[in-house]
Amino acid sequence: MADPIQVNIEKCTGCGLCAKSCPFAVITVVDKKARIGDGCTLCSACVQVCPTEAITIERKAVKVDLSAFKDVWIVAEVAEGCTKGVSYELLGKAHELAAELKQHVCAVLIGHNVKGHVDTLAENGAEKVYIADNPNLERYTTDAYSAVISGMISKYRPNIVLFPATKQGRDLAPRIAATLDLGLTADCTGLSIKDGMLLQTRPAFGGNIMADILCPYSRPQMATVRPNVMPKPEPKKGRKAEVIDVPVKIDPKSIRTHLRETVKTCTMGGKKIEESDVVVTGGRGACDENGFELLQQLADQLGGVVGASRVAIDLGKKPKSVQVGQSGITISPKLYIVAAVSGAIQHTVGMRGSKFTIAINSDPAATIFEYAQVGAVGNLFEIVPKLVDEIKKRKGK
Amino acid sequence: MPFFASIFHLLSLCIYRGKPIGHNEEGGKQVRIAVCVKQVPDTSEVKVDPKTGTLIREGVPSIINPFDQFAVEEAVRLRDAAEGGGEVVAISMGPPQAKSVLIHSLALGADKGVLLSDRVFAGADTWVTAYTLAMGIKKLGEFDLVLCGQQAVDGDTAQVGPEVAQMLGIPQITYVEKVDLEGKKVVARKQVDEGYDVIEAKMPVLLAFMTPSDFVPSNPPFSKITKAQKKPCEIWTNAELGANPERLGLKGSFTQVVKVYSPPKRDKALMLTGSADEIAKKLADIIGKEGFL
Repeated sequence: MADPIQVNIEKCTGCGLCAKSCPFAVITVVDKKARIGDGCTLCSACVQVCPTEAITIERKAVKVDLSAFKDVWIVAEVAEGCTKGVSYELLGKAHELAAELKQHVCAVLIGHNVKGHVDTLAENGAEKVYIADNPNLERYTTDAYSAVISGMISKYRPNIVLFPATKQGRDLAPRIAATLDLGLTADCTGLSIKDGMLLQTRPAFGGNIMADILCPYSRPQMATVRPNVMPKPEPKKGRKAEVIDVPVKIDPKSIRTHLRETVKTCTMGGKKIEESDVVVTGGRGACDENGFELLQQLADQLGGVVGASRVAIDLGKKPKSVQVGQSGITISPKLYIVAAVSGAIQHTVGMRGSKFTIAINSDPAATIFEYAQVGAVGNLFEIVPKLVDEIKKRKGK
Repeated sequence: MPFFASIFHLLSLCIYRGKPIGHNEEGGKQVRIAVCVKQVPDTSEVKVDPKTGTLIREGVPSIINPFDQFAVEEAVRLRDAAEGGGEVVAISMGPPQAKSVLIHSLALGADKGVLLSDRVFAGADTWVTAYTLAMGIKKLGEFDLVLCGQQAVDGDTAQVGPEVAQMLGIPQITYVEKVDLEGKKVVARKQVDEGYDVIEAKMPVLLAFMTPSDFVPSNPPFSKITKAQKKPCEIWTNAELGANPERLGLKGSFTQVVKVYSPPKRDKALMLTGSADEIAKKLADIIGKEGFL
């Protein structure tokens, strides 16, 4: 079988950009021509940088033996020194899928000085951890991360790869799918094994329909998974994972986007709304007087975070980062309390994954009640302060 | 403007190499922008063909995906801000009636529309959609910028933009709230959890736009729609596109929808009425019973 990666000697000018871009350091320039070495993972970083299109990768020509792909991978997300909770949720689901397939659960860990995260990944179910540790991977960049993970996938051939459907995961996963010619299902809310394949369930049309999706003819099967949908596994203290160090070499020049500055417009007090078990959201009717202060008091009592509908963001009551809905974020907390929000689809698409919803609205016909387990008809300015008192009373006992 | 027209004509004859093309010899004064737009149903009412399990889109009023409309408006703004102007080409894949979103884009100020429409394109998953659009963009020549909405409101996948970028071999910036051009660079505000990052990249680059919270998709006035009808708007089948038919439509798709169904009906909410005192007590009971205290 011909090597799927080929260098067109006539087009190659020996400029060496490919050698610099190769995250696995397997390209050399010999006699002014690029030569691809044995460890090539087909990550296609070189194809992206070659100015003369001399390097090509023919993926379809290689007949895929599906049974050669083993194990369930999750791509862990590390932010500001912490593994994001969604990584553990993915591990929990991966464990279930791997058990059914009789395969292993593996985590991909990328960054700089990230080895400290291995143990928590292991305790949450990772049997193997593939690590790429490099100073140029300290901050997430599409180019470097997608090249490294594409390379790992090509080399180790997992059966399933799960990414968190976070801003980072939604930027990264499709890039890898396009690099490796693979299917990818976005924002899954359910995953199971059907006839040995990954059955992926996702909402569409604002959650009005559900679709079951299979990826029958290519491997790995890849999906992004919404945070807060899968339960976190019970960590087992002291459990260890096999660590596979994947040596990478990243030329900063191969990263084509550059961070100029980071501007924090808000801090969330350490707790992110997407990761919070309890969210209390206010809409237009909460924008009067001290509506959001009342909601904050309620959220504080329940250990939750305050969110807002779009109109409240527009009125400057809350920062954009806590906007629940279509042009904001999608959350699925265990308890969602929503006050003075009418229930337009632009909002409900962002909250309908909530496990238990309490809606407070003075209009008994408000659409939001259709999305709630409990509906309270009344004015939030009257109900919420009394509810806060009631909760305090009960907690006091 | 015969001068610009001739430049565009020449550019469109060039073969897109998917490489940093630096572009126009005018020293970056012009900007050529492709915008990917999608027609989406305007309603939450979605019907499913019980036989094929695919969505029935006929009979449902259709609009341009609001995220894409914002991308078109940004493209027009960037073109108008560029010293030497430029060109905005709107491209879409869809059935013949999807031409209306191109007319809409033209009315918003785009210069040219191309609809990729062929039976063989039907049933495409995100990979195939991106492949088809990328083929179309390559055929249209070299671009400084490729813009799209962050996601479409119907499928909500947010995958096509990054996939197109990879297939064109250009970098991407997603979750873009705001963008400016500085010479041959783009400087984009990218939404992150606690604020924003300012990211710069050399063109060509793909940008996927979020809509600002105060964005209301407007309908262009009738006079502009009339004018838009006169702008160039082409329909390409695969005869024009020349993509590998094995990689198109349902046949080329890696992912296959095996079942589409309505989510299980939720039980009706337990409604609490009465005085604020009574409601507060009952709510506290329920919150306690559910284990949140």
